Amino acid sequence: MNQSDLQSKASWVWRETLAIHRRAPETRLASSLSSVEIFVALYYGGILRFNPKNPLDTGRDRCIISKGHGSICLYPILADLGYFASEELHRICEVGSFLGGIPDPIIPGYETVNGSLGHGLGVATGVALALKSKGSDKGVFVVAGDGELHEGACWEAIMFASQHRLDNLHLIVDNNRISMLGYTDEIVSHGDLNGRLTAFGWNCGEVDGHDVSAVQAVLARQKKTATGKPKALIARTLKGRGVPGLENAPLSHIINPKPELIDALLETKS
Amino acid sequence: MSLQPRAMRDAFLEQVWEAMADDRGIFFVTADFGSPVLDKIRADFPDRFVNVGIAEQNLINISAGLALEGYTVFAYAIAPFITMRCYEQARVSLALLSEVRPMNVNLVGVGAGYSYALSGPTHQCYEDITLMRALPNFRLLSPADHVTAENLFHHCIGNQGPKYLRFDAQVLPVIYERKAPDMEAGFHVHKKGNRMCLVATGYMLHTALDVAERLAEKGEEVGVIDLFNLTDYAVERLASALMPYIGVVTLEEGFRGRGGLDSMLFEFIARRNLQSRVLNLGVEPAYRFELGSRAELHEKVGIGTQSVLNRVRSFSESLPD
Repeated sequence: MNQSDLQSKASWVWRETLAIHRRAPETRLASSLSSVEIFVALYYGGILRFNPKNPLDTGRDRCIISKGHGSICLYPILADLGYFASEELHRICEVGSFLGGIPDPIIPGYETVNGSLGHGLGVATGVALALKSKGSDKGVFVVAGDGELHEGACWEAIMFASQHRLDNLHLIVDNNRISMLGYTDEIVSHGDLNGRLTAFGWNCGEVDGHDVSAVQAVLARQKKTATGKPKALIARTLKGRGVPGLENAPLSHIINPKPELIDALLETKS
Repeated sequence: MSLQPRAMRDAFLEQVWEAMADDRGIFFVTADFGSPVLDKIRADFPDRFVNVGIAEQNLINISAGLALEGYTVFAYAIAPFITMRCYEQARVSLALLSEVRPMNVNLVGVGAGYSYALSGPTHQCYEDITLMRALPNFRLLSPADHVTAENLFHHCIGNQGPKYLRFDAQVLPVIYERKAPDMEAGFHVHKKGNRMCLVATGYMLHTALDVAERLAEKGEEVGVIDLFNLTDYAVERLASALMPYIGVVTLEEGFRGRGGLDSMLFEFIARRNLQSRVLNLGVEPAYRFELGSRAELHEKVGIGTQSVLNRVRSFSESLPD
């Protein structure tokens, strides 16, 4: 997909995510809006190898979503790619639907459990170790939020991955700098996160997380390099991006914009 | 010729070591915890052995990741740490995830009950039965000697899903000298009695057998059952085995009245409509810091041979004729 197609796809996913939240207000909107371009780059930018007809195909790159709540924007992507029927998007959070407010591993395309934060990276590290040990060339991509990096288990995995030279492991941090109750810098700051990950032996890049072409380009470059270091990409993002009152608001995680505002946004940006 | 007693972990790990030579699908992960046999595993299979360091949360996560890619995983650490330090990892990425993914992860915890007698309450483990039986999909295995531990290896290989094995840290006398217990049954009847039956797990089976022998000397025959599979025992057979008794005594090296073996048997007896009265013997629920031999500590917390003998005798007197 070329740059302009990637951008159109990202706007489409942004709108779809708003529309989903309009129908199912139980979903978390703000943290999904910060990760739109990350998922678009991964799934449409030629980064991930995947097979919607056989989601657990051994030939796939593993994409492990750690920031569960903030991946509602992946629902329209998975439907668009054929993991499940698009009609399912109209039943999100309804009784009998497999698409919940927090995604579960019963959803085709979701690898692991992600509702509880701070688990994805560790499990992904075990997957990366397994793939290395089997001589597989498949990669493991983890999408995590900066808030969940407060969990100590993440750092156990970060230390382990560099020790074992897991350069098939990619950590993408949706660095929107806000967790549930405010700015992470004011809660427990990650300081120079790039510097910290580098000091832990990772090959770390940074990118404007809303520039989908830039995200795609860095991921593609990182995927090609194998220096024995696990790779991190810090995507500078805005929580609640594009929604007035929500964007970068400290409590955006728990704010639901009014339905009229969503309708107006969908109207003007379509 | 009698069998030489061994540490449960060495007997079990010997099986793992042997199997790893033929089966490239086995991975061994430790949280910086060893054993003489573990040295052979890391020397002979360095590509399928990994030490995560003192990091039990990562131990579970790495194990889950390996299992998702098809490895049969043995994860190894001290019992309280492999259960409690990483409980949510075990819940989320083993118990919960194995609901929808085939995973074979075996948590091997060493140091059940007071087996680290001199290390104090951090290293002793009285809560693990309660906690691990709360997790659906987990099998909970609690052998009383190294023969059982050794045979549990095949049970682990042959059954998918997460498991927790609670091993004693000490070398215990051999109980299954001639024949290993039936893994399918999950329990073993050591002797039959008249009015009462002692149901024990792990180390407490030794106490139960001791107590039964002393009671027999005084003319009272009590039954003794070893319940080594605390989640998947043969329900009908256990119900039949307990049916004749008017009194059932549970013995565990874990907190009494906190959801361990005692609760299991209470629930079982109630569900099966058995008429037995029940006496629960376990560790008085408190943390204590005294040092002492295991036998001394057991007497202090109410599960030593003498304490058990006294309690069982009073229980016997309270039962209807």
